[in-house]
Formats: sequence, C-alpha cells, structure tokens
Amino acid sequence: MAVSISRGERVFNGCNVVFMILLSAWFIVPFVVVASTSVVGAAEAARRGGLVLIPQTFDLGAYHAIFAKGSAIIRSYGVTLFRVVVGTALNLLFTAPFAYALSKRSVPGRTPITMFVFFTILFHGGLIPTYLVVRYTGLYNTLWALVIPQLVNPFWMLIMRNFFFTIPESLEESALIDGATPPVVLWKVVLPLSMPVLTTIGLFYAVWHWNSWFDAAIYIADIRRMPVQIILRRILINATEVLNDNPEMLYEMDAPPPPDAIKGAVIMVATVPILFVYPFIQKYFVKGVLLGSVKG
Amino acid sequence: MTGVSGSDHTVIAPEAELRTATRSPGMLARSIRKHHFYYWLMLPGLLYLLIFKYLPMLGISIAFLEINPFIGLKGVLGGEWIGFKNFQKFFGSYFFGNIVANTFIISGLKLLFSFPTTIVLALLINELVNVLFKRVVQTISYLPHFISWVVVAGLAFKMFSTSDGLVNQLIEWLGGERLSFLGDPRYFRSVLVATHVWKEIGWGTIIILAALAGVNPELYESAIIDGANKLQQIFRITLPSIAMVISILLIFNIGNLINAGFEQILLLYSPVVYDVSDIIDTYVYREGLQQLNFSYAAAVDVFKSIIALLMVVGANFTAKKLEQEGLW
Repeated sequence: MAVSISRGERVFNGCNVVFMILLSAWFIVPFVVVASTSVVGAAEAARRGGLVLIPQTFDLGAYHAIFAKGSAIIRSYGVTLFRVVVGTALNLLFTAPFAYALSKRSVPGRTPITMFVFFTILFHGGLIPTYLVVRYTGLYNTLWALVIPQLVNPFWMLIMRNFFFTIPESLEESALIDGATPPVVLWKVVLPLSMPVLTTIGLFYAVWHWNSWFDAAIYIADIRRMPVQIILRRILINATEVLNDNPEMLYEMDAPPPPDAIKGAVIMVATVPILFVYPFIQKYFVKGVLLGSVKG
Repeated sequence: MTGVSGSDHTVIAPEAELRTATRSPGMLARSIRKHHFYYWLMLPGLLYLLIFKYLPMLGISIAFLEINPFIGLKGVLGGEWIGFKNFQKFFGSYFFGNIVANTFIISGLKLLFSFPTTIVLALLINELVNVLFKRVVQTISYLPHFISWVVVAGLAFKMFSTSDGLVNQLIEWLGGERLSFLGDPRYFRSVLVATHVWKEIGWGTIIILAALAGVNPELYESAIIDGANKLQQIFRITLPSIAMVISILLIFNIGNLINAGFEQILLLYSPVVYDVSDIIDTYVYREGLQQLNFSYAAAVDVFKSIIALLMVVGANFTAKKLEQEGLW
C-alpha cells in the first residue's frame, strides 16, 4: 500500500511493541525467578531470602540432590518416559485406524457408530464409576493405569476423521481397481499421506502424557510407579522429602540446599524438556486447534 | 482429557451423513461383508469405549445404592437399592448451594476476564508490523499452555508467597500491604482467574487470529482511501468481520461454564479457602476418593453430568441456529 503512515499510527505501533515486550516478560519472569532460585546456595538464601531474580552465586547443590543415585526424580522420569512413548504409540494405534474406518462413506453403520463415539463427549459416567472400572479391571497401581484408561480421546479421533475425509477417494479407488486390497491401500496410499495428522494428534497425546497428573494421583499408590508430575507435586509440598530420600548425601555437602532451591530445581527439571520442544511443535498444535474448530 | 477440565476444541455434532447401499437386507449383509476390514479397524477403539466410557455410565447406578464403605470394593457390587436418597441428601445440604454457586462464579469470572482480553490481544498481535517480532511474541504467549497445572501451581506458590513472593514485593514497593493471596478467601478467586488468564490467553488468540487473517484486505484499502483511521477500521471492519467467530466461541464457552477448572483448583486451594473455591468436581473428589463415600459422590457427579449435557447440547443447538440464520 502506498499510503503514508500517520503520526498517530506510528505512536500506536510503538506503544504496541512496548506492550508486547511487557506482556512477554509477564509470561517469562516466573520461569526466570524459578531458574535463578534453583541455583542459589544455602549461604545466599540465608542472606537474601528464598526468591531471587538475579543470583549472586551459582550453586548446583539442589540439582545434585535431586539427581542423586536412585532418587525418586530419576525413577519418575522413567515412568513418564514410558507413558509418553508407549502411551502415545498405543493412543495412535487405537485412534488412527478407528478414525480412518469412520471416514469411509460406504461402510454401513458408520453414522450410528460415529454417534456412539460422539455421545462419550457429551456425557460420561464421571470420576467414581471410572475409578471403580480401573480398580475392577486390575489396572490400579500398575503402569498401564496411566495408559489404558485414556487410549482414545474421542475429540481428537473426530479431528483425525475430518482429516481423512480430505484425502480424495479417487486415489484409493484407483489403487483398489489396480487390484490392491484395502489393507495394502491403507498402508501404501493412506498412511504416507497421513503423516501430518498423525504427528499433530501424536503430539497432542504426548504432551498430555507428559503433563498429566490427576490420573496418576488417583490410580498409582506405589512411589516406584509415580510419574514426574506426582513427584514434583510432592516436593513442592515438602522439599525435605528429597533430602530424606538420601540421608548419606547430607554428609557430603557443606550445607543442604535451601528448600526453595530444591523446589526450583524440580520445576526446572519437569519443565525444561517442554520448554525446548514446544517452539518446534507449536505449529502442529495450532493446526490441530484449527482443524478442531472447523465444522466437523 | 477425562472431561473434568475444559477443552481446546468446540463441540460440533457430526453432520448428517449419506446413507449408502442399505436398500435390502441382502445388500446390507453383502456390503458389511465387503467392508469387513474397516470393522476390524474399529474394533479395538470400540472395545475401549465400551469398557472405559460406557461401563462407567452403567456404573452411575451406584448413586442409587447404599454401600458399606468398610468392606472395600466388594461392597460396591453388593449395595442395597435406596432410590434417590443420595440426591435428596445432596440437595438438602449446605454444599449444594455453595459448590454450585462457586462453580458458576469461578468459571463466570474466568470467562469475563479472559474472553475480552483474548480478543484485544489478538487484535494487538494482528497489528504488529514486524513479522519476526510478531512470531516471537506469539511463540512466547503460547508457552504457558504447554506447562502442566502442577508446575503452574508451583510457580503461583512462589509468585504469590506472602514472605518473599514477587507480587507482594511489588505491592510493598508501591507502598501497599502484603496480602495472603492463597490463604485469604477475599483474594483466592483472583489467583484462580489470574493463573487461568496467564496460562490460556495466548493460546486463545489462535482461533481469533485465524479469523482475522480471513478478513478481506480490500476492505481496509478502500476504508483508508475513504480516510478511516485505525480505530474506525477496527470497529467498522475488523470486529463486524469476526463477529460470527466470536459469537460461536462465546456460546461454546458458556456451554462449558460448568467446568470451572478442576485440576487447577485442586492444586491451588486449601481448607481455608474452601468456602470460595470448592466446586462440584473438587467436592466429588473429596467425598468420593478421600472419604470413600462412593455412592454419594457418584450422585453429586451425576447431577453435574446431566447439567453439563444439557448445557453442551444447548450450546450446540444455539450455535447451529446462529450459523444458519446469521447474526443480524
């Protein structure tokens, strides 16, 4: 546009940029405070109080404490890794074929089956009956309790089905006419075209698994099977739990790390992986949100 | 994902679909046999839904049973039929009014503070000239959405701490008194609203920005030639163009008001603020899984599920009608 920018507009643009910078600080500062606090040693904490924005010393004592050999944090990382990797794989294995089959317009009974799925979004049995089903099926207090009760998210399954609708039917038909069987068509024609939606929904499931806390809180009783989020919560409530975990470590240190440093360190440990990954996966999430908001 | 918290997506019923090849029973059987592969693909997912979604719906029946809590799980199967006694107990208790009011007050406040601010933020992001800066701001604003509520609660404990929290340091620096945000019924709801807005405002702009991208640029060009300033452009072109999207979003948000943020509240509240923050979900959790009053808690939850169903169906209906008839 060859229209000159007025003075008022220039002032507005400047204010807008300043506002955006302040807003970004609002999102980031809590993380900066936590990161700084996590490297504050006992001496500095005693002098300045628990929370600092810019640390004067750099003490990794809190990280040594939470990553001590055989610590609850290391063990819980294993549990979380299990649910992210195995859980997400099973999620996709149950969701994608279901969504694909429901996108086939010629399959009889497709509409009632879709309604059968859709109804679970509108209405559910609720917390207690679901909890009892997990108890009766014997999943309670096993790692599978973190995976199997949430195998298919009906919402995300319908988003996937919407994607499969967009694959032109003529593509599959021509392969069928050439003599390919439906499984071969699925494997050779549909699957290669479905990578974007598999990535998107796979990431939805994976981030959900990483962040999930409540299901583990009610289904897991044994500390050895608790994921990161549960251990994180326990330490946020009572930081000395880390030290009680490894009493011998206390003798090796001059002074035990301050509770705020330990809390900061576990928050960092539970958050940093997501912080590094999310800028690269956000575009898939955006795509998923837009796919979900388009009429389905 | 368990349906206790809100969702990123709006619920829109699957459109009525084409029926094919079902004219005679013979043809139907042949068609089913021909497509048997696709039924095998559905089978695992269907079994999952039957066991973990539909079986719990049958399990709602425990709301009508008297269960002996001392004999554990066995008591659930051998319960005695007591009709609507649990419901009567709930409707007659102090908690009924309190938790229903809290649920709608908290989710109403969240909607009131997050909905307009999200739209304004989207408009401001849309006005950013530098593409790179715009992308960086967007990426940063999405960050909290990817963080778990456990972490956000941990950050909130630190930020709002009475002794050395950043918020109280700021208040003191401005000449105010330190406040106990998490332990004072007067301020606790504002913590819920603030953490909710912090976590979701950036993410909420996505749909609105997509709608803004769809506005015809020629409208702006001719408006500028006619001498319209920025504000006039926003009120005469931008907002009317995205009014439909905003209305539909608002309708679905209203339909979801019964979900006030279960996990968030469970992680942030404490007995001193139960009066202002105990919602239906947290009450069901405490009664059911902590006090082990399975049948009573299930009854309270059934009450919630039915209201939720009515509200979502109502929202769907209204949205559909609006889409057909238009705004004006």
